[in-house]
Amino acid sequence: MKITFPHMGNLYIALKAVFEDLQVEVVTPPPCSKKTLALGTQYAPELMCVPFKLTVGNYIESIEKGADTLFMWGGCDVCRIGFYNTLQKDILKDLGYDIEMICVESLNTPQKIRKFFKQLCEVANTTHSFALIALFIKGIQLVFRLDELEELMIHARPREIHAGSVDILQASFEKEIRTTHGYKETYSLIDTYKKKIQKIEINPTKEVLQIGIVGEIYTVVEPFINFELVKKLGNMGVDVHRSVTTGKFVREQLDFLPFMHSNKKNVHRAAHPYIEMDIGGHCRHTVGDTVLFGEKGFDGVVHLLPFTCMPEIVAQSILPTVEKDKNIPILKLVLDEMTGEAGYVTRLEAFVDLLWKRREYAQDEKMLSRN
Amino acid sequence: MSIKIGIPRALLYYEFYPLWITFFELLGAEVVISSRTNKQIVESGVQHTVDEACIPVKLFHGHVVDLRDKVDYIFVPRLRSICKGEYICPKFCGLPEMVRHSIKDLPTLIDITIDCIKSNRDLKNAVFAAGNFLTEDRDLITTAFQTAYIAYKEHKMILKKQLFPPFKRKKIMVLGHPYTLYDSYLNMDLLQKLEACDTSILTPEMLPKPVISHYAQNFDGQLYWSFAKKLIGTVLYLKDTKSVDGVIYISTFGCGVDSVVAHLVEKIIRRDTTLPFMLITLDEHTGEAGINTRIEAFIDMLKWRDSDENHISSHG
Repeated sequence: MKITFPHMGNLYIALKAVFEDLQVEVVTPPPCSKKTLALGTQYAPELMCVPFKLTVGNYIESIEKGADTLFMWGGCDVCRIGFYNTLQKDILKDLGYDIEMICVESLNTPQKIRKFFKQLCEVANTTHSFALIALFIKGIQLVFRLDELEELMIHARPREIHAGSVDILQASFEKEIRTTHGYKETYSLIDTYKKKIQKIEINPTKEVLQIGIVGEIYTVVEPFINFELVKKLGNMGVDVHRSVTTGKFVREQLDFLPFMHSNKKNVHRAAHPYIEMDIGGHCRHTVGDTVLFGEKGFDGVVHLLPFTCMPEIVAQSILPTVEKDKNIPILKLVLDEMTGEAGYVTRLEAFVDLLWKRREYAQDEKMLSRN
Repeated sequence: MSIKIGIPRALLYYEFYPLWITFFELLGAEVVISSRTNKQIVESGVQHTVDEACIPVKLFHGHVVDLRDKVDYIFVPRLRSICKGEYICPKFCGLPEMVRHSIKDLPTLIDITIDCIKSNRDLKNAVFAAGNFLTEDRDLITTAFQTAYIAYKEHKMILKKQLFPPFKRKKIMVLGHPYTLYDSYLNMDLLQKLEACDTSILTPEMLPKPVISHYAQNFDGQLYWSFAKKLIGTVLYLKDTKSVDGVIYISTFGCGVDSVVAHLVEKIIRRDTTLPFMLITLDEHTGEAGINTRIEAFIDMLKWRDSDENHISSHG
């Protein structure tokens, strides 16, 4: 059995380590590329959202490398994600691939939890669900550590003294992580790189812009589809704050556990004047986090969404009001397979320029009023 | 003078209008329905909605603008779920927010929440919440709702009587959401045009609900959208009974539900049946001439099948 999974940011590192510890052979899909997108667009329904197209592309590329078991997270949300596995199974079957699919659906009934563990036991070839729980915790640990590593990079990038030093380290981390095996090696490599990043010479007093990124999780964390937005903004001298990351998402899903704490309640409270109930997807988070970013005095917010994403369209209608109420500029970027990089970069640069000017104006005004 | 309540002629109006109108009228309100969709409504809808929204949601905004200066209240229910275990669409659920943040100078919105995802116990509260805009009398609200519900059921029965008209013509199943099928401006009189071509039409609304639910159970996968269940159940019914001669799916550009359902429907029809299938995608730019040509070609093709298609195996 060779297992594979779709990409979503750096989640593949944690999944790979966990499955390797289960003594399962893992086929990591090649990083998302134009080819992945082309494959996905070819076989996916035309008006499907872009995360679906990329995951289909990931699967096809992995199957061609020999994978025969697919791991997918789904769940029954109000949005399309609940149909992902049904459609993927159908598409891959039509292409003539003989594969098995393990889907993590929303684990809200005992039967579903039992079924999920049974499937995992089959993969792992063990009957000890206890060992699986331990491994599950290890996986979550890795997700958290990876988030921390990324936060360190995001913090260092705009403040680095030698331009490009963070990017070089990131590239070598991504290269080395391919050769690690299992939880222990992965964990220690993340640790090593955390230390390396902390050692990068930075100018802590450098004036940087504060920009928050909100929106649909896949477009926020997957660098291919957002054209490495985090890296690009960082190199333009912007401190980036992501409202959703894989780590934060896991934390929110599991915050019924006593030792897990998330910011979910705060976000919901902030969103309450604008939207009262959960309508699905990340709509409430997009609105709530924009409000919070505005209250913290950030310079701007970038809103990312895949084209035709239903929950984000609702958020998008609400955001202009938040923009006015909290006096925070918002740049909306809609992503799909047609998005061209050059136009996108121009808009980002213009947005950053505008925010610098805005800050200058604000400071000038303060000085004038003092005189 | 009685209170004027405006109901936008859009989205689930086409499903529930007998219920909503009867309910508010029994409570003593004057119900004002927005004009039939016209060019002006489309334009103001497109203008007042975010670009990425689908055309039915844009039309809803247009209808709200149409009512804005004519009424005291506008009925914009937040529909999360109308059946246990099934959602509708995130955009329906965020509709009051979308309207409120996109259109200025609105009268008060009656934005009751209808959420039957776990059970329909909360429905009663929603009914009272809606009724309280007009009266405090709970008994009156209860009777009004019961009468309105009967009116709604009767309307459903009338629809079902149209099933299988006795005269012999080509039967075409037209699939789609009620608000695309019955908004004749949006679909450019498609149903009338088909009928003019000597065909009789079947829509998912004409099939009994238990039949649809029964067939929907055969689907391999979770159908958690009411519309998905209805449309896929209908198609599985067609697959088994083969009671029509052709299938037309009317979809709207950017509809999240249709992006999945239209694909599944097409797959089922192409893989398991020999029925001709046509997908028409509508948006605010659709040109009528192109649609006419496609419909005529489709009907011609159906008729040619009778005379030209031989049923003799080509293998001898």
